Amino acid sequence: MTDASSRLRSRGQLLVAIGLAMLAVLLLIVALGPSIAPYSPSATSPNSLDGPTALHWLGTDSIGRDLLSRLIVGGRGTLMITFVAVALALAAGLVLGLLSGYVGGRVDLTIMRLLDVVFAFPVFLLAIAVVAALGPTVKNLILTIAVVYTPAMARVVRGPVLSVKRWDHVEAARSVGVGEFAIALRHVLPLVVSPILVQTSLILANTIFTVTALSFLGLGPPPPDPNWGSMLAEARQFMELAPLTVIGPAVAIVFASLTFIVLANGLREMLDVGSR
Amino acid sequence: MTGAAPLLRVRDLSVTFPPRRGRPPVRAVDRVSFDIQPGQTVGLVGESGSGKTTTGRAILQLQPVTGGSVHLLGHQLTGMPRTELRKMRRHMQFVLQNPYSSLHPRMKVADILAEPLKVHGSVPPAQIPERVAELMTLVNMDPAVVKRYPHEFSGGQRQRIVIARALAVNPDFVVCDEPVSALDVRTQAQIVDLLHDLQAKLRLSYLFIAHDLAIVRAVAHRVAVMYGGRIVELGDADDVYDNPAHPYTRNLLEAVPVPDPARQRAKLADIAPDPQFRGRDGEQGPCVFGEDHAATGASEWHEVGPGHGVSCRFWPPGITPPGRP
Repeated sequence: MTDASSRLRSRGQLLVAIGLAMLAVLLLIVALGPSIAPYSPSATSPNSLDGPTALHWLGTDSIGRDLLSRLIVGGRGTLMITFVAVALALAAGLVLGLLSGYVGGRVDLTIMRLLDVVFAFPVFLLAIAVVAALGPTVKNLILTIAVVYTPAMARVVRGPVLSVKRWDHVEAARSVGVGEFAIALRHVLPLVVSPILVQTSLILANTIFTVTALSFLGLGPPPPDPNWGSMLAEARQFMELAPLTVIGPAVAIVFASLTFIVLANGLREMLDVGSR
Repeated sequence: MTGAAPLLRVRDLSVTFPPRRGRPPVRAVDRVSFDIQPGQTVGLVGESGSGKTTTGRAILQLQPVTGGSVHLLGHQLTGMPRTELRKMRRHMQFVLQNPYSSLHPRMKVADILAEPLKVHGSVPPAQIPERVAELMTLVNMDPAVVKRYPHEFSGGQRQRIVIARALAVNPDFVVCDEPVSALDVRTQAQIVDLLHDLQAKLRLSYLFIAHDLAIVRAVAHRVAVMYGGRIVELGDADDVYDNPAHPYTRNLLEAVPVPDPARQRAKLADIAPDPQFRGRDGEQGPCVFGEDHAATGASEWHEVGPGHGVSCRFWPPGITPPGRP
């Protein structure tokens, strides 16, 4: 192994460690949520649009609700939607990508053209259209985002499958008498996980933005449940009166997507994706 | 050919690759016929691109066949339904050229060797570890190393593992596709010896594909010479090597380097030109032996000795075949 590549690898390990630490914070918020929030997210206090105080570390919003509590509880909602949606996209992408790449021929052509149709729409526009048509519920939001990101996932699975399925050990397995299904699962899939991990991480980062942006536009989970997007939208209205209220949700959104970008870059360098 | 029923019978096997980007279709394998008897090795030699590997893959039905038939143990493999074919794979196995790529990089040796046993249910699950150890011993390896991954072994050791996997289900017939060409010379000899011993012990039949003429002579009972997708000469190894009857075989044998720099330089200086063979398709009139195959309907094959024949195609002009004035 050359010096440069081992340096790259150790840098990747550092990035992955940082990313995992950041992810741990996010997961803690998801897991504990309301139980670590100092107040109930819907409890009001007489001091509205207050700056940070000892009682309210991040201040209060326009009707006097504690911003820190809303940020924690809202993060839970935003992150849950993100994780579930990406998990669904990953599952669908794995099945479609593996099928498409491994079987090839007409199956490949059909699946990829269908996915191209979805891919051709701007993510955001499609999401807005679906949520606007079917109503802004959590379920619709999750399904929409899952559908929108499935093509990207499927492509990332299909590419390496196309090359791995021509490797000698696959032919060897076939000549031994292993069935095609078992070959696809045992001899092809385990060798394409690296690029899938990286892509999943990147899509998580994107999805955070999509979810919060849709909520910002009022297409997210309905009030009164807090979430980062709608908090940002609310705070924006009073930015001139209380500029500090914007900072909480904005930093949270950036932190969450930065987590996954750091993870993706670290994984990319550690697993040497791209040079293979 | 007479005698006992052959283990493997290949008749007029053809593989044509479909046309690509305006280029005409390629006849990679063109009406190839031969038999392999139980316990016998047939060597398949020829230059790169002559269709040797495609022939091997087509026999194992790893490559769609466009014509002809393959019979193994009396069962016709060509056109056999998939599930039945998978069961037949118990009898025929494959040793690939490159031991570095033909083992799953993330599977332990024990799992690699257990896979064929599980697929064919040839031993009860409880006895699989025992059988795996037995296979390792069979290829002269220490059974204790089965918990390791392929990358921890050398090329020769990996090829032993590949051979052990091929032998796991007690096959009758093994296609060895350039089994030693990726190895260094000393390891080559060891692997060739191993294949030899295994043949004696297990009465295996091999189709031994190689471009190294010396190795083929050492292992093969019969030799088939391929050129341009066809077998141009087929006979007992000694006959083909000592009395090559086809001009291409002679070219091939003459191309072997000699271990004497001065003579080798002289040889390279007047190297035979690429054989200018006569057109392959739609040839009219009598062949070089004076037979008009289009009229007689006989196959384009002529015996020059007992069990030793040549194809009458691809003769360079000006060379008369043996047995003709």
